[in-house]
Amino acid sequence: MSTSATQPPTNNSPAVELPPASGLAESWAGFRSRVSGGDLGAIPVVVGLALIWTVFQILNPTFLSSANLVNLAMQSAALGTIALGVVLVLLLAQIDLSVGSLSGLAAAILAVTFTQLNWPLPFAILAALAAGALFGWFYGFLLTRFGVPSFVITLAGLLGVLGLQLWVLGKLGSINIPFDSWIVQFAQLMFLPAWLSYLLVALASLAYVGTHLSLANRRIRAGLLPESRTAILLRGGLMLVALLLGTWYLNTDRGIGLMFLLFVVLVMAVNFALKRTRWGRSIYAIGGNVEAARRAGIRVDRVYISVFMVSAMLATLGGVLAASRLAAANQSSGGGDTNLTAIAAAVIGGASLFGGRGSAWSALLGIVVIQSISSGLTLLSLDSSVRYMVTGAVLLLAVIIDSMSRRSRALHGRF
Amino acid sequence: MTNVTPATSDDEPILSLRGISKQFGAIEALSNVSLDIYPGEVVAIVGDNGAGKSTLVKVLAGVHPATSGTITYRGDEVSLANPTDARDLGIATVFQDLALCDNLDVVSNLFLGRELGTRALDEVEMEQQTWALLRQLSAKIPSVRTPVAGLSGGQRQTVAIARSLIGNPSIVVLDEPTAALGVAQTAEVLNLIEHLRERGHGIVLVSHNMADVQAVADRVVVLRLGRNNGDFAVADVTYEDIIAAITGATDNAVSRRAGLTGATFTRIKEGLSS
Repeated sequence: MSTSATQPPTNNSPAVELPPASGLAESWAGFRSRVSGGDLGAIPVVVGLALIWTVFQILNPTFLSSANLVNLAMQSAALGTIALGVVLVLLLAQIDLSVGSLSGLAAAILAVTFTQLNWPLPFAILAALAAGALFGWFYGFLLTRFGVPSFVITLAGLLGVLGLQLWVLGKLGSINIPFDSWIVQFAQLMFLPAWLSYLLVALASLAYVGTHLSLANRRIRAGLLPESRTAILLRGGLMLVALLLGTWYLNTDRGIGLMFLLFVVLVMAVNFALKRTRWGRSIYAIGGNVEAARRAGIRVDRVYISVFMVSAMLATLGGVLAASRLAAANQSSGGGDTNLTAIAAAVIGGASLFGGRGSAWSALLGIVVIQSISSGLTLLSLDSSVRYMVTGAVLLLAVIIDSMSRRSRALHGRF
Repeated sequence: MTNVTPATSDDEPILSLRGISKQFGAIEALSNVSLDIYPGEVVAIVGDNGAGKSTLVKVLAGVHPATSGTITYRGDEVSLANPTDARDLGIATVFQDLALCDNLDVVSNLFLGRELGTRALDEVEMEQQTWALLRQLSAKIPSVRTPVAGLSGGQRQTVAIARSLIGNPSIVVLDEPTAALGVAQTAEVLNLIEHLRERGHGIVLVSHNMADVQAVADRVVVLRLGRNNGDFAVADVTYEDIIAAITGATDNAVSRRAGLTGATFTRIKEGLSS
């Protein structure tokens, strides 16, 4: 957090209004100034999640039981993967309304090629992902070549892909995926051994502290203001304790599912691509000001096409995971509310509909919020009518917060 | 009309435009315009609305290629068919709308489209170079890690100008850099332009504001109705002379005849430097 205010020690420009050091106090001050300026980051969704968990725990004490949280994590993985793709598209200020249909198509392709055509499982999965890549390319091509709004393209895609899904499924309508195949085992039964989960948590925290400390050293050598060591160590320690506690609690039941781990790894990979690569920088630039990006020499068309491809592939991967968890593909795979839930998750998690704001973590936070609501209401034996209404209200709230913080940023002269 | 040779006329121009015309359908936005850009010199382009200033900027930036005419870069004839051509030749343009990404910080904006780093972005190196560049320009930017939307108009202009300098261009074209700025911020930008001149860049300053032009420009090229209507050394010319050329009060036999024969620019210059 303290990286926001940096200035080399050698600069003695009089206009500089920066605190001299970057200690904890400065980190805190910078954080507070950003929040009051309307740059809320993940605060609304974290606060909202805490609120939702508290309310449901009071209403039903089994809500925060480790068994339920393990289930929650497993339910989040498939839809979260789809939402991750939606975040990418939203960052470009575009939309993909067909992610649900794409995930359904992927489920159908997986089931048919694996059980009917007897393809090896890896090929069946690759075929599903390839279908996603193809559709993503097609959307990007239509958008960049003809300038058709992505809203309309993907609305057509929603219907067309759904039709394709039904055609692939054929007359059967519903195909079971054998329970003993590894993809179903992976999605339902594979959990991290306890020792491995603790090891991974320790390694993740160490990696966090290590990379940030070495970055701080590089910055010192380069004559730039480094992040405070105390702050890094403190955050690393907090992260370790929080992750250890969470892991321990989940391990009192079945533990951390491999499918959930895959989702988290995907989120981290996308986060790296967004924050540390040229491709990611171009995505934010296009979302912020597409004309400026074009004039800066960014090949805007390629970025659009590649993002739609990656997003559609994540949607199909989500579909594969969902079908594996269900051990079946049918005509309603990826139907119903899949589409809008994935988009709602991205927005609730903090990806702005106006483009250029949000992060890969938005998908994780958003889907956990949505699944918490769903799980909590199910525990209260309330049916889906209430669930839809509550989720709709939360989505509305998220969009209002997005718009309000945007207005507040404008007021404070921030984007 | 006091036409004079540029102060640095003994140097070779970096870029020479001769007989540049630009038509948009039936409309002729530029007609037979000539312009020389010398290193370490600020040449101001002034003119009334519709005089062709913006079109000339876009020709220089490669956004709108000229319909006819020749462009020579250090003696070689070149074409400016697209923005990449212009950038490769070392012509950097700061457009009036600045073309900044408000959601990105100063460092990201400076290096947008040419980020450093082999695989991952090298943020440390980019930030270091950003500070070095801003110091060279004596620019006053409080933090290079805040989104540029949080900066004042003058600071945003500074960021846009600093960005144009990445890649060390030989020519910097500034389109109305002070149009939207207050007094203090305008002074800041004018200082910046003088810094650029000291660094040896050839600078094209498009402006409405005569005070700014007289403060920093070495030479003033007046456009009127898409044609050259005067080329003055600022030191030797009065405000009234420039205004007269802009408004066409000097729309006399000389300029009329010159516009028709098309060889004005060089002839006037030759005549006076001899």
